[in-house]
Amino acid sequence: MKIQDLTIAQAHQGLVNKEFSSVELCKAYLEKIREKDKDIFAFLSVTEETALKQAEEVDDIIKRGENIPVLAGIPCAVKDNIMVEGLKCTAASKILENYIAPYEATVVKKLKKEKAVILGKTNLDEFAMGASGENSAFGPTKNPCDLTRVTGGSSSGSAAAVAADMAVYALGSDTAGSIRYPASFCGVVGLRPTYGAVSRFGLIAMASSLDQIGPLAKSIDDCQIVFDTIRGKDQMDSTSVDMRVENNGLKIKGLKIGVPKEYFVKGVDKEVEKIVKEAIKKYEAMGAKIMEVSLPHTDYAIATYYIIMPCEISANLARYDGIKYGYQDKGNNDLMEVYLRSRGRGLGDEVRRRIILGTYALSSGYYDAYYLKAQKVRTLIRQDFEKVFKKVDVLMTPVAPTPAFKLGEKIKDLLQMYLCDVFTGPVSLAGLPAVSLPVGKIDNLPVGLQIIGKPFEEDKILEISKLYGNN
Amino acid sequence: MISKEEVQHIAKLARLGLTDQEIEKYQKELSLILDYFEKLKEVNISGIEPTSHSIKVENVLRKDESKGKGSSRKLIESFPDRKEDYLKVKSILK
Repeated sequence: MKIQDLTIAQAHQGLVNKEFSSVELCKAYLEKIREKDKDIFAFLSVTEETALKQAEEVDDIIKRGENIPVLAGIPCAVKDNIMVEGLKCTAASKILENYIAPYEATVVKKLKKEKAVILGKTNLDEFAMGASGENSAFGPTKNPCDLTRVTGGSSSGSAAAVAADMAVYALGSDTAGSIRYPASFCGVVGLRPTYGAVSRFGLIAMASSLDQIGPLAKSIDDCQIVFDTIRGKDQMDSTSVDMRVENNGLKIKGLKIGVPKEYFVKGVDKEVEKIVKEAIKKYEAMGAKIMEVSLPHTDYAIATYYIIMPCEISANLARYDGIKYGYQDKGNNDLMEVYLRSRGRGLGDEVRRRIILGTYALSSGYYDAYYLKAQKVRTLIRQDFEKVFKKVDVLMTPVAPTPAFKLGEKIKDLLQMYLCDVFTGPVSLAGLPAVSLPVGKIDNLPVGLQIIGKPFEEDKILEISKLYGNN
Repeated sequence: MISKEEVQHIAKLARLGLTDQEIEKYQKELSLILDYFEKLKEVNISGIEPTSHSIKVENVLRKDESKGKGSSRKLIESFPDRKEDYLKVKSILK
């Protein structure tokens, strides 16, 4: 086994047994990045110097014969909308092209406390707005499985970095599928935690009632390790909570798995459907009970999401004014011109589109018809899940209706692109945790199974994911 | 269909400087998306409460006390334009 193929636990054992040092591990990954990333473009910045320094510190601890935490000395990557103090944080936007993070995101603080090594910051759709990775102001990330195809977004670089062995694991963020979707397209494991399970302090906000940070990794165990490290209440994020549903003695025999019929409809690739159904059958063979269920408001989720999200974006992105930080275009005249030019030129096409949409939907006379209405439909979507979770333990669905599509294939067709979130969006609107688990391939293109749990039952859905590989 | 003037007005409210071409593009795209939203008309929402957050969060309070300077120095250093430690903007009062 090559040093870059190791999971967190394996790499940790290697470090503890002195088979290799953290510096050696780190250099192997940096070498991989040098070799591969000019074609893939997973990283917006590689922080070789600080990474090697972090690795040396861990090697010193090992040399002194002291114990190290499991993440110590293990190289990871961080999506470039999560702040690492002192490093550039661009959100893949021109408006933040030279912005240096003035403080540390809580999740990063937690990783650093465990002595993690950060290799660099990963590419994304600008401000995490996109389903393909193509909206990055600095160029798209390409899928390591097929360089002519997208990685899925918005955590495009994080998924690609893990898939191409350029990091052991990565942090991403998920608003309507931005961890699960690229995880599915790139064939890695991704976890979107329950809304509130992980602090968002230091995450560049997109749609605050939906945004959540989570891990992308090579194995389910790795996802669990990273999630356990970053989870929990943080006084800097008032929406975070300390909730954990203990997963005592999960039994696959008799476990009730719901399969929502609205997720197996026209528009889903036949091969994707087949692979996902076969994966579900595998659980049936292990003794689980498969039950068809209905989530009747599924079809309204995308319209609901595309009202709520832009409204929240228009408010959240008002802070990029060209005055306090980031790109400034002085113009020739008054202060108004500074705003108009800095924002007009600093923000990309999709970002501006969503700001206009949100501003429109929130403007006088339209609030009830759009935002308030969408919030009410959101209640119905949430209740759909609450009702089925009275009958079943977990839900299983495809993550995406298709495998990775070609670069440029959907970028010109807005609605097609927006509909990518059709199976991941409803879960986000309900605030539920979900795993994207690779369960098959169409030729060389991975397909993900989505396992959705009740609020704060991450441990359970991860445990269920693990059973897939063990059987 | 949403009018060109409406898009211009919205863009100004959002402080986005757009070219005429861009306005026209967004006019078409916005209309397309707003048409898609019509779908929600089918849903009966009478008596349904809105969801603003998917989990219930109560008010979270803390003591209003200073925790030192924090990142203030770094924030000042990231001003695009400044005089000493003051943020510099164009004159507003003529």
